[in-house]
Amino acid sequence: MTETILNGHYNFAFLDEGAKREIRRSVLKAVAIPGYQVPFGSRELPISRGWGTGGLQITLSIIGKKDCLKVIDQGSDDSVNAVSIRKLITATTGVLTTTDTQASTIIQSRHRIPEEKMRNDQILVLQVPNPDPLKSVSPKEKESRNLHAEAEYSGIWLRLYEKIIKYGRTTMGADHPVMVAGRYVMNPSPIPRFDNPKLNLSDCLCLFGAGREKKIYAVPPYTEVVSLAYEDHPFTIEDVSSRSCKYCGATNVYFDEIFDSVTQEHYFQCSDSGYCEKRRK
Amino acid sequence: MAYVAVTGGQEAIEESIKLLKYYRTAGDKDLETEALKDKMKLLIDRVMSESGLYAPAYAALALKQCEGSLEEAVFLLRAYRSTLARNHYSITIDSVNMRIIRRISAAFKDIPGGQILGPSYDYLHRILEFGVLNESKEEIEEWRNSYEQSFKREEINPFLRVSNILREEGLLEEVPEDSREAFDITLNKLPFPIPRSARLQILARADTGYISGLAYGALRGFGAIHPTVGELRSGWLSVEIPYGLEEGQDIYVGEILVTEVECFMPAVKKTKGHDEMKVGIGYGCVFGRNETKAIAISILDSTLRVTGEAPVNDEEFVLLHGDCLEMNGLLAHLKLPHYVTFQSKLDQLRKKKEE
Repeated sequence: MTETILNGHYNFAFLDEGAKREIRRSVLKAVAIPGYQVPFGSRELPISRGWGTGGLQITLSIIGKKDCLKVIDQGSDDSVNAVSIRKLITATTGVLTTTDTQASTIIQSRHRIPEEKMRNDQILVLQVPNPDPLKSVSPKEKESRNLHAEAEYSGIWLRLYEKIIKYGRTTMGADHPVMVAGRYVMNPSPIPRFDNPKLNLSDCLCLFGAGREKKIYAVPPYTEVVSLAYEDHPFTIEDVSSRSCKYCGATNVYFDEIFDSVTQEHYFQCSDSGYCEKRRK
Repeated sequence: MAYVAVTGGQEAIEESIKLLKYYRTAGDKDLETEALKDKMKLLIDRVMSESGLYAPAYAALALKQCEGSLEEAVFLLRAYRSTLARNHYSITIDSVNMRIIRRISAAFKDIPGGQILGPSYDYLHRILEFGVLNESKEEIEEWRNSYEQSFKREEINPFLRVSNILREEGLLEEVPEDSREAFDITLNKLPFPIPRSARLQILARADTGYISGLAYGALRGFGAIHPTVGELRSGWLSVEIPYGLEEGQDIYVGEILVTEVECFMPAVKKTKGHDEMKVGIGYGCVFGRNETKAIAISILDSTLRVTGEAPVNDEEFVLLHGDCLEMNGLLAHLKLPHYVTFQSKLDQLRKKKEE
């Protein structure tokens, strides 16, 4: 595959120029209306739908020859799907890649925001499986679109409330919904709650792409992003207090939980592999 | 240990790809894509139909490349489509001018132009013919030559639609003419409720098994529908695009083989006095000789026009879950590591246990 792509059979960044321009326009609209889901003509890619094609279409549309790319999945640069996505992008663009958050200009990620703070000249592209927080209220787009237009989010609040009544807490794991710029409720993609605060007033532009659901949305830099919660049941992140990384000793980061089948040992390591690698150097 | 934690993802993928090639190239006989294209026509038709790309040679290549996986072949062609610029929309084709190879009606015994059975598996006994195992090239060639001798060239007038009979009698449900430009489902997100042109495109590209199952469910009572195949026709259509420099001058770009179905369904016309019974039409059209798929499309086209509680009356349910890439992609993504999210869920469960 790599050979034919490099043979010039395919355009720079795979998609044809018209498609990329169209996607960039959707991105611009998304930036102009923070948290609003912009429908777009999602294209098929050589990578499976549901495997990051929304994020990938954004990356392919915004990437230029001078960009330096980092791709992570579950925080890891070496996860097979991250490798596969990185391989496609580099094969069709020839851009430089890195595992260092600081050295990158574009980071495409699934399920994590890197531990190191991203700068204003960087873009974070997140892959989104379920863009609509109202899906749990109504699976029908016809209805949820109206609810968004009217900022009618009581269904989501009710769900949070019901969980508290039933379990004594909100039981959302990852993908805890957020209010963006006081207007649109948005799914932050399945990042752990630990990462939600990083979206608030972030220096970098965060773009969200849902390929299968054909939606793009954005959180521009310095936008207020508040995780939904009741005053008497404040939003809490995952408890990482008593943990540290076995390899670099980091604390107060998100961890992977590892069971060593040989030694029967149970330990933690940084979920952000690039960060861990840097600390160990 | 979870496979994301294992370093060396790059090497693992490369080795996996080598293995795939090893599997694909197994056996002593080579498989020529040309032979695939000519002798596995219905498979090629299905791949082209679900990928929405009329390209028999590329469909054959795609099938060879992926060990004959339908889902992968469709995937390859769809991805390839994304690299092509959309330069033209063809001129609306009137299928009355179809160069017909088969045309039947289950509604009327005698139809203007006549029933033409054409190539059909319908009346074949499905018995394994072991002779095919040993058929020789010479034998086949000889048979084909003598068979072709029997062909008669006949001038055939355009076949009017069977539904015309009902229209002339005033029995057909009147549907206002819609000459808006067709909605392009490949370039836009669906704005529910969607125009019929979008619905028919989605159904035409949908996974054959998925829509056949849905339509079957509708027949069995989950959707209350009793259709009659008014007309099923397969044949060749000429595709033309407008010539930009001169109005009315069209450029012929080629021929496509399609199957088209008009299904008759009872329809009620609301009037001031009593309701009037009419015949409604469900329409289906697909690339290639995909007859059951075309019938299934025509049934779903009908069920989606009426309100009801059955799944087949629900536009978003029917139209959003049968795309080969989308449904298989999301199902397959469950193989990806999910432990950041699972860890987050675990955190909630553990907290709950502590309390």
